[in-house]
Amino acid sequence: MDLFWEILISALLVIGGFFGLVGSFGLVKLPDPMTRLHAPTKAATLGVGAVLIASMIYFAAFRDSLTLHELMITLFIFLTAPISAHFLAKANLLRNVDRTTLTRPEGEGDWAVFTPLSDTSAEELEEAAEAERDEAR
Amino acid sequence: MITYALYFSIGCFALALLFNLYRVVRAPGVTDRVLALDTMAVDAIALLVLFGIWEGTAIFFEASILYAMTGFVATVAYGKFLLRGDIIE
Repeated sequence: MDLFWEILISALLVIGGFFGLVGSFGLVKLPDPMTRLHAPTKAATLGVGAVLIASMIYFAAFRDSLTLHELMITLFIFLTAPISAHFLAKANLLRNVDRTTLTRPEGEGDWAVFTPLSDTSAEELEEAAEAERDEAR
Repeated sequence: MITYALYFSIGCFALALLFNLYRVVRAPGVTDRVLALDTMAVDAIALLVLFGIWEGTAIFFEASILYAMTGFVATVAYGKFLLRGDIIE
């Protein structure tokens, strides 16, 4: 049984290291900003997830202490990576992309980045609602 | 066998950190720099966890949780600043 756990942990460690390396190499190698966004947020996240799960299995199998900290870190990284990627994609769309060459999104309206009221804070929304109420009166 | 896998994995993540450092120093755009910093935080978490396996202690998990949280908050703050020119409006 020990051999099985060793093989599993080693495989997860090697997979994690490989994907982490691929993610960072893609950051250097890929041609334009939007494709460069893919490599770290997908490959590197998977690599770190594999390493964390290997650590969890190692401590459960060889140190007799099952901790769920790693699972928490994995979940946190898997939840936050898409959010930061989305923020950076929006920033990139605003800064580097020529608006006239963009295709319009489906349905009504423009890209959220270029619509002035789309990225408003709760306070601004409240103010807008209040102004509307005043107008109705 | 785990020892050799650890060597390989630590080498991979160290090399990945070097790639990221190169990207932070010479980047074509500012979003790439922010992305490289975010990836550095993620790779540092992996290195911390690997060192935890190496030493056989669970003491590094708190450090990696802190790293994950501050890394995410820093990236979101940078992204917000690039989008709006302000972080807390």
